Amino acid sequence: MNLDLILGILQIVLIATTPLVFAGIGELVTEKSGVLNLGVEGMMLVGAVSAFIILVITGSYFLAFFVSILSGIIMSGLFAFLVLFLMSNQIATGLALTIFGIGLSSMLGKQYIGTPIDGLSPWFFVIFSFLIVFLVSYFFYKTKAGLILRAVGESHNSAHALGYSVIKIRFLSILFGGSMCALAGSYISICYAPMWQEGMTAGRGWIALALVVFATWKPERVLIGAYIFGGVTILQMNLQALGLRFPGQFFSMAPYVATIIVLVLISSNKLRIKLSAPASLTIPFYKGR
Amino acid sequence: MNSLFPSVVSRSQSSGLMNFFVPIISIVLTLITGSIIFILLGFDPVYALYTFFISPISSTYGISELFVKATPLALIAIGLSYCFKNNIYNIGAEGQLTMGAIFGGGIGILFHDTNAFWLLPLMIFAGAIGGALWGLIPAILKTKFNTNEILTSLMLVYVALFILDYLVVGPWKDPFGYSFPKSRPFSESGRMPLLFDGLRVHFGLIITLFLIFVSWFIFSKTIFGFQLKVSGYSSKAARYAGFNQTTLVFFAFAICGAFAGIAGLAEVSGPIGLLYRDISPNYGFTAIIVAFLGRLHPIGIIFASLVIALTYLGAEDAQLFLQIPSAVGFIFQGLVLFYLLGAELLINYKLTYKKLL
Repeated sequence: MNLDLILGILQIVLIATTPLVFAGIGELVTEKSGVLNLGVEGMMLVGAVSAFIILVITGSYFLAFFVSILSGIIMSGLFAFLVLFLMSNQIATGLALTIFGIGLSSMLGKQYIGTPIDGLSPWFFVIFSFLIVFLVSYFFYKTKAGLILRAVGESHNSAHALGYSVIKIRFLSILFGGSMCALAGSYISICYAPMWQEGMTAGRGWIALALVVFATWKPERVLIGAYIFGGVTILQMNLQALGLRFPGQFFSMAPYVATIIVLVLISSNKLRIKLSAPASLTIPFYKGR
Repeated sequence: MNSLFPSVVSRSQSSGLMNFFVPIISIVLTLITGSIIFILLGFDPVYALYTFFISPISSTYGISELFVKATPLALIAIGLSYCFKNNIYNIGAEGQLTMGAIFGGGIGILFHDTNAFWLLPLMIFAGAIGGALWGLIPAILKTKFNTNEILTSLMLVYVALFILDYLVVGPWKDPFGYSFPKSRPFSESGRMPLLFDGLRVHFGLIITLFLIFVSWFIFSKTIFGFQLKVSGYSSKAARYAGFNQTTLVFFAFAICGAFAGIAGLAEVSGPIGLLYRDISPNYGFTAIIVAFLGRLHPIGIIFASLVIALTYLGAEDAQLFLQIPSAVGFIFQGLVLFYLLGAELLINYKLTYKKLL
């Protein structure tokens, strides 16, 4: 192996993993506040398609990302309204968001399939993805606001008793998660692919959810998990390209199998999960109690 | 003077009346939102809603198609209710359906030149086994390794789809099929018998109705159904009563997987007749909506499956006659679930107007 090849592979891994980091860190913040949003895949798809459409219409990268993040805020705002104000089941509502997002994105994007665009260089976003992880980590462990957010996720009743607005804090955390997922989606459709295809996120939203468990709800570990996953994905693609006499489908399923194995390894330590998961995760907050 | 906005007050007991009305409210709200969407897209909402919801079922063939689509949805949804009643979130029914189609369809391909009465029952049995085995993987991972079943069951969907893809382009490819990614057709006795000449509605419907009846019996008349319900309400109470949670998780996943597997086999041996890549238009995921819309009740699920099946047919017609992408069907499905979950508030909470003065 020469140095160029290694650098080349490293480059591809960085580019391919960035959307996972965005979606993973967004979902982590949401979960830290005590809310599980299974709508990651749907928000990513809507983010991806809205960025793509705006780019085709206006030609402005700034507007594309701006509208995409706005779409993530609207989608997650819808989710937040249901789970926070109407106290709906978080798991079912998240699934509804994903189904809705799949439908909405393929309807909006129908006439844009195959439209060529000039892709944007991914490097700004690759660097930004590292930066945001460290910013979130700093926010959680070095600022008072971060401490309050974690307190809301651990015990909403105590946080409420101390005078913090549980609903407001959760609302903002959900919106942050939504905007990060939309950013991940728009990165895929504008920098990574760059094109629009129905269901083009290919399960990355679900992988991002698994990453949060893998990271045991610690921001920096999202990076580690994402790069393990990204590495496996790129490795299987390269092995497939080498034309080994082994059916390609088995390589393609490797990332999903790897995710299951990693989840099992992390979760089998019951105590670790119990100690690291936010204690109020998926429990609705009702003031009148 | 009363305050302008209602405040939410917890009910001491969930409202049975609202339990019945909430699905109806959510369907009505979905129709209203749907007409707004159609107006925004520039269509006459009356004509669009007619095309979407009435014209698909205005012929005998249309009604038969409605039942063809509702059959797998209802069967998977009733299976899912074993899991959901117990707060087990199996969202990988699509994978269990695929595995059922692979196991049952595999028998069909093995005996592709055999015509015998035992072939179809054997295929159905194999389909149930395939789905149940695939469902047991997340059950084992959940009970033995404490792994979240939402993520594992979903990852297994992708794995199952890749296995099917491998089989139909590889070892099970039809030797006379040119290079299309599909298997040999099953023999005549490996196909679901049609219920009426010239219509596609098939014997799978009878199996579904039978299994729904059996499930109704289990839920309401047996100790197992009672245990599922109790541990769903409170896992602490269930543990105190001595119910074995591990056994319940295993049974729930195995039954759900088996039902989804039978649904998958019924699809490939019914309308399709062979194995290929896209055997299911997301029935496994859509059935989650059916289960919730039917409020996990057997009768409710029958009605919900018909309503959701109509969104499939309507989406096809809308694409044909209005050039609206068929994905609009998913939008309707997502909307109905949103409204349902939001309106569920009315079951456990009351809205009251506080007196200000």
